[in-house]
Amino acid sequence: MAEMNAVTAINQTLSELMAEDARVVLLGEDVGKNGGVFRVTEGLWNRFGARRVVDTPLAESAIVGSAIGMAIGGLRPIAEIQFMGFLYPALNQIFSHMGRIGQRSSGKFRVPLVVRIPYGGGIRAPEQHADSAEAMLVHTPGIKVVVPSTPYDAKGLLYAAVEDPDPVIFLEPIKLYRLGRMEVPQGRVNVPIGPARVARSGDDVSVITWGAMNHLAMEVAEDLARTAGISVEIIDLRTLKPMDTETIAESVQKTGRAIVLHEAPRTAGLGGEVVASIQEDAFWWLKTPVRRVTAADVPYPPFAWEDWYMPTKERLAGAIREALAD
Amino acid sequence: MPDAWPLYQVIGPEANHPDRVKPEIAVKIFNDMVLLRTFDEKTINLQRQGRVGTFPPSLGQEAAEIGSAWALEPEDWMAPSYRDHGALYVHGVPFSHVVLFAMGKGSSIDGVARVLPSSIPISSHLPHAVGLAMAAERLNQAHIAIAYFGDGGTSEGDFHEALNFAGVFRAPVIFFCQNNGWAISVPVSQQTATPTLVQKASAYGVFGARVDGNDALACYQVVQEARARALAGDGPTLIEALTYRIGPHTTADDPARYRPLEELEQWTGAKDPIVRLQEYLEGLGILAPGEALRIRQDATVFVNQAVDDALNSAPVEIHSMFEHVYQTIPRGLALQREELERIHGAMAGKGGLHG
Repeated sequence: MAEMNAVTAINQTLSELMAEDARVVLLGEDVGKNGGVFRVTEGLWNRFGARRVVDTPLAESAIVGSAIGMAIGGLRPIAEIQFMGFLYPALNQIFSHMGRIGQRSSGKFRVPLVVRIPYGGGIRAPEQHADSAEAMLVHTPGIKVVVPSTPYDAKGLLYAAVEDPDPVIFLEPIKLYRLGRMEVPQGRVNVPIGPARVARSGDDVSVITWGAMNHLAMEVAEDLARTAGISVEIIDLRTLKPMDTETIAESVQKTGRAIVLHEAPRTAGLGGEVVASIQEDAFWWLKTPVRRVTAADVPYPPFAWEDWYMPTKERLAGAIREALAD
Repeated sequence: MPDAWPLYQVIGPEANHPDRVKPEIAVKIFNDMVLLRTFDEKTINLQRQGRVGTFPPSLGQEAAEIGSAWALEPEDWMAPSYRDHGALYVHGVPFSHVVLFAMGKGSSIDGVARVLPSSIPISSHLPHAVGLAMAAERLNQAHIAIAYFGDGGTSEGDFHEALNFAGVFRAPVIFFCQNNGWAISVPVSQQTATPTLVQKASAYGVFGARVDGNDALACYQVVQEARARALAGDGPTLIEALTYRIGPHTTADDPARYRPLEELEQWTGAKDPIVRLQEYLEGLGILAPGEALRIRQDATVFVNQAVDDALNSAPVEIHSMFEHVYQTIPRGLALQREELERIHGAMAGKGGLHG
């Protein structure tokens, strides 16, 4: 079994899916000859040709909109939005159509579409290249949203997303693209859409998170175990919608303490939804209020401020210590 | 200087294209135009009686709606806007479903028709038509996609993105724009600074055609030609059909607030698309004397039946709201459904809140 990073894992998965099923087509900006700005589609244009790896005009609404049509028309399109900060012209397609076609057609049409979106910060990117806008996608009925935080999950969730009969937004944490390698098998990997992953078992406090923040949480958990004997459990949601509230509840019922960690701004962030689910499902087990560690409610700043904007190890460790001190 | 965008006409003294429509098709087109007019008048009355919700009639646009749709094959994809029930009907959607939609009781599409749900946000369905066409072409299927929209729709970004995409990929798609003069209360002169809408085709390297939208046979032929071009691999066509919205935007507005009566009068009477086609077909002897009257009487019976079917439909049930959102309902959503059924289920059994 080969060790690989997330970019290679996603690239290999796309290649396998395209070889397996002639209906799978890729479309997006620079996905063809250039292999994508992050090289995720490297080599696919050479292998499968320009009719299946389609370099599109710069038009995000038409990328998602035409992919909706392709999906209804019998293809299995995988659209790429180059950065999440460029998704917004396509929001009308996502809000108005992508998740509504099933209901509006009384189930006659489904939209088996995957939209891949590199997202998130912490990589000294230019302005508006680091957004984390998952909450508004999760708020949209009729779609699914997944975020792998390991190369293995990236492969498994991409298989699941492409095979899903309904539209799936596939978020790729940019910071994790080349951070960490792990063994990923050739061929199909089974990671269903839905179940969260217990990334680390622990007894004292649950940290619920996703995407790149999962790695921050792991580092903090190791530090605190070593230096303070604190046992942190980490829930990597992996699927944001539909959310695995059962695994969250199970963990919090065990530890009695919960911290939600995300790199998106705080207000109306997805953390609020996680906190609500804990309140509904694990209130009587709580020993302390649920805390949120998030970015501030400011536009993603130029990168000189980035290290203060993104949640830090210090802030997460502080929140964990406070929860245990209550 | 010759007009770069001559108006394609088949009927009338200024006809510039020969009539290539088979007489039996011409009669069917006339029949469906009468049906559409009858249906619109009936449904407007239903709305006034409070039996259906807001309704957008297509009074005056029967030639564009019906003529264009008759040029399609059943396998062609149709991406309509909300005022296209005439085209939907020709493509296989029963009028009863249009009434159900106006009653707030669900989808306007049904049966075997390759028709997308009517798009409400303006022009947002144009990219779908491009994608459907690209899929057909990639799957080696010999059919096309057509999108219906209005003059106001040409101001939206999705119109421009869709035409640009279609041009670049030479997608077998037809953009059928009914320029009916008004986007609710705003005239076309305030939508664009260009003298025509069709000339926007040039900017995207796609074929453009301007047609008399009140000439049903011209609409039929111009779409047929665009379809043949698309299937031959010659790419998309933007069609501007010049017509007029005789009625309101929907039953919720009053055109007298924003539109001069004299303008309306120019488009009724001799310019009425049904009158024009009837006189033309009678002149050729394709419609026998008295046949038009019989068609109108039959239309009333037919439309009444379709309306009754919808009005007599079963009340909606709670679970249908959840049923098709996902192919398999996720656990959390099933819990929300159960909660509603637990609290409101008994009421639903008696006809529901809106029975």
